[in-house]
Amino acid sequence: MNRRMVIYTLGILLDIEAVLMLLPAAVSFMFGELRTGAMLVVASGAAAMVGTLGLFLCRKHDRTIYAKEGFVIVSLAWLAMTLFGALPFVFAGELGFVDAIFEIASGFTTTGASIITDLDKISRGLMFWRSFTHWIGGMGVLVLMMAILPSDTDGSVHILKAEMPGPTFGKLVPKLRKTAMILYLIYIGISATEAILLMCGGLNLYEALIYTFGTAGTGGFGLKGDSLTTYTPYVQWVIAIFMMLFGVNFNLYYLALMGKVKSAVKSRELWLYLSIIAVSICIVGFHIRTLYTNFGDTVRTSTFQVASIVTTTGYSTADFDSWNGVAKGMLFLLYFVGGCAGSTAGGIKISRLILLGKTIRRDLRHMVHPHSVGVVKFEGKRVSDQTLNGVTSFFLLYCAILAGVFLLLSVFEPSVNVETNLTATMATLNNVGPGFGKVGPYLSYAFYSPFSKLALTLSMLFGRLEIYPLILILSPNTWKRR
Amino acid sequence: MRVVIVGVGKIGQYMVHSLVAEDHDVVVVDNDVKVVEEITNQYDVMAVCGNGVDWETLEEAGVAQAELVAAVTDSDEKNMLSCFMARKLGAKHTIARIRNPEYNDNSLGFIKEQLGLSMAINPEQLAAEEIYNLLKLPSAVKVEYFSRRNFEMVELKLPPDSPLDGMKLSDMRQEYKGQYLVCIVQRGDKGYIPDGSFVLKAGDRIGISATRSEIIRLFKVLGERRKQVRSVMILGGSRTAFYLAKMLLAAGNQVKIIERDREICRELCDALPKAVVLQGDGAQQELLMEEGLEQQDAFVALTGIDEENILMSIFAVTHKVPKVISKVNRDEMGRLAEKMQLDCIVSPRKLVADIIVRYARALHNSEGSNIEVLYHLMDGYAEALEFHVNEGSPVIGTLLRDLRTKPGTLIAGIIRDRKAMIPSGNDMILADDNVVIIGRSGRIADVADILE
Repeated sequence: MNRRMVIYTLGILLDIEAVLMLLPAAVSFMFGELRTGAMLVVASGAAAMVGTLGLFLCRKHDRTIYAKEGFVIVSLAWLAMTLFGALPFVFAGELGFVDAIFEIASGFTTTGASIITDLDKISRGLMFWRSFTHWIGGMGVLVLMMAILPSDTDGSVHILKAEMPGPTFGKLVPKLRKTAMILYLIYIGISATEAILLMCGGLNLYEALIYTFGTAGTGGFGLKGDSLTTYTPYVQWVIAIFMMLFGVNFNLYYLALMGKVKSAVKSRELWLYLSIIAVSICIVGFHIRTLYTNFGDTVRTSTFQVASIVTTTGYSTADFDSWNGVAKGMLFLLYFVGGCAGSTAGGIKISRLILLGKTIRRDLRHMVHPHSVGVVKFEGKRVSDQTLNGVTSFFLLYCAILAGVFLLLSVFEPSVNVETNLTATMATLNNVGPGFGKVGPYLSYAFYSPFSKLALTLSMLFGRLEIYPLILILSPNTWKRR
Repeated sequence: MRVVIVGVGKIGQYMVHSLVAEDHDVVVVDNDVKVVEEITNQYDVMAVCGNGVDWETLEEAGVAQAELVAAVTDSDEKNMLSCFMARKLGAKHTIARIRNPEYNDNSLGFIKEQLGLSMAINPEQLAAEEIYNLLKLPSAVKVEYFSRRNFEMVELKLPPDSPLDGMKLSDMRQEYKGQYLVCIVQRGDKGYIPDGSFVLKAGDRIGISATRSEIIRLFKVLGERRKQVRSVMILGGSRTAFYLAKMLLAAGNQVKIIERDREICRELCDALPKAVVLQGDGAQQELLMEEGLEQQDAFVALTGIDEENILMSIFAVTHKVPKVISKVNRDEMGRLAEKMQLDCIVSPRKLVADIIVRYARALHNSEGSNIEVLYHLMDGYAEALEFHVNEGSPVIGTLLRDLRTKPGTLIAGIIRDRKAMIPSGNDMILADDNVVIIGRSGRIADVADILE
């Protein structure tokens, strides 16, 4: 374990977070919320101090890291970011410590689950910060670090591998730094387009940014308790479409920008993603048709809700908890899907589901024809057995964690019904946000006890980091000196 | 600049290492998933898994935008085909590793022209040439040539009783006058580009640049001159051994080759009638003694196994063979070997990587002066470059004394009209000169880069 390098990287990261916190501080001052602004600056100062201390202490050291350090850096980075990100809420006295941790973890992991019952009581600066963490967490703060800082670290690829969602990681260009930059440029580009379109729909800059952050990171924090229900159809359509756009693998955008639209469109994952959305829209739409008087509203509502759940954003334009069993059941299944690999969405990811399906098919054939040699191909490439095993064990771990968190919730909250606890676990582990029952789209997680909130926080982090990094830091083997 | 490397074997990997250090955009192509995964974990490169002669794979690797494509797989034919396809897809320059002597002898010119190859490299041939040069100047541990052999840089290890031990470089210049320059010193793991106040110590490895006649004269006065090599024992019948033996025999030396494989022995016998080819296990010490190891002037270990080369070289050193050279491919092994008193290490990988890096760097700067030669010195601490200075370069026409050069760079020689000289402060660089520059490894891509 190259511990000094881990601390050094964490130092850089906290410094970046400190800088990022100045943006909401500026927003606070602009709205005349002097106290909140000052608290944001104080929190930023605290992060900067600790970060710089770490940098200073470990500045001269062997800069080589390996896979192990990559995992450790990523998981500790997310824990530290959550901790320092929660400070402004605590300092400003607007939330308790556990609540603040839950809220900001929900922000960074782009979950969008909230414990705030009355959003009007929260100052605008902190609302902005909460949504801004969606945007940072969506593409990943370590990716940001790589894009803006020249790296002299050998093995940075391990960090990116651990932070980027999806079963495999492919570079866009030979240089890691350029890859990170391109990803962020695409991210910024699409975000800016969305913000402009939202402003065309009558939202002011502040609102437009809040919803852009929520969509871009596929998070789901908004400004109102009933999410987007009261907004105009135009705004709802814009957000629905952009949610789907952010659920697509960013590599495809790069290919398209490079003029290779053909090979981008060939992506199997993209096609499955679009087919799942289309089929779900039809089924959900058919079963909610009685709730709406005209066809347009039905299509809009079902499109919006399907897009919101499949990309794990969690916005809603209707109380889907009250829908009939088929529509609700369809959404329930979509919780697990998630977007494409290499997007900002959470969940299991479509490429993993494809690989799982293909593995099962291969193994079934192997049972019938014991001498058959099975090769799994995906996007025209042969997939190594190691990747396939990784996907299978990811799925098993995913189920185990789902079961574990659900069990904890059931033990801590005997009075809450199974539907609520199960969907709360799923909504956090898949980074969706709202669930069914008492954690439905218009409600909050406020009623859970502090222990349950911490369990759900952990579940969100497991979901965003795709389990392995966090599991690995719990293993004592990781911490042994080399 | 985008460089695509097809085939990540021993040589490919070392090339990746050097090219990444030079900050190029490197894409590697290999059909082994494991190799591809490992290389992307280790270096900041993009990897494409697939066959290097497959159109789609090459397309995916972006050869169309590549400035340089180097094919260094095991198979000559694959390399040629890869380069040919890359060229047709739009790559600007292509380099292929072509090892088979049959291709190299007569048809190479034709192949190069027809396939649009910029260069064909033969690592074994390069290694053999390097060893041959060392054998010709047995006191040196390394010899690098500049300007078509007019001017060279020779590395020398100072023995414990060296007259230079404890001498300042400025005093050395007084004591042993001549047209030479001590331009780099390696002490332990550290390298220095020395100035006049630098004090030499026994055990240092020093690099001296001068013309051949000057070097021989200097060695004479230093008492460093060793007997010319007349008889050489070569361990291992590899291709390198074949090329080396051919050159040595042509120069009238006696050559003994020990090879384990009977079939290879027969082939060598057939191709080199004047050599003595022995079939046997080179790791067997009795065999070496029986064949008169102690009477040999030089021992060269060229088997495919680094460990065997190192061990048998140590054995030869303990039996007082005057000149021992070992081929060591793996970098870390080479460093270990140097700690064990083997000072003459030849690494074909390094030779090839140097050539590719030079080529890439020369492509990188399109205007001004061109790199003609590049060597990595002292484990990559410094490098020696020879430039051709074109009209209009900012270094022209200023007295060297007035030229504000970066610290840690040295103008080690100026070659004008085929005559080499060691420059003093009163000389100046003119257009069409060739200049040899020593500098810290970095990015000297042009003569002008030495200026502040």
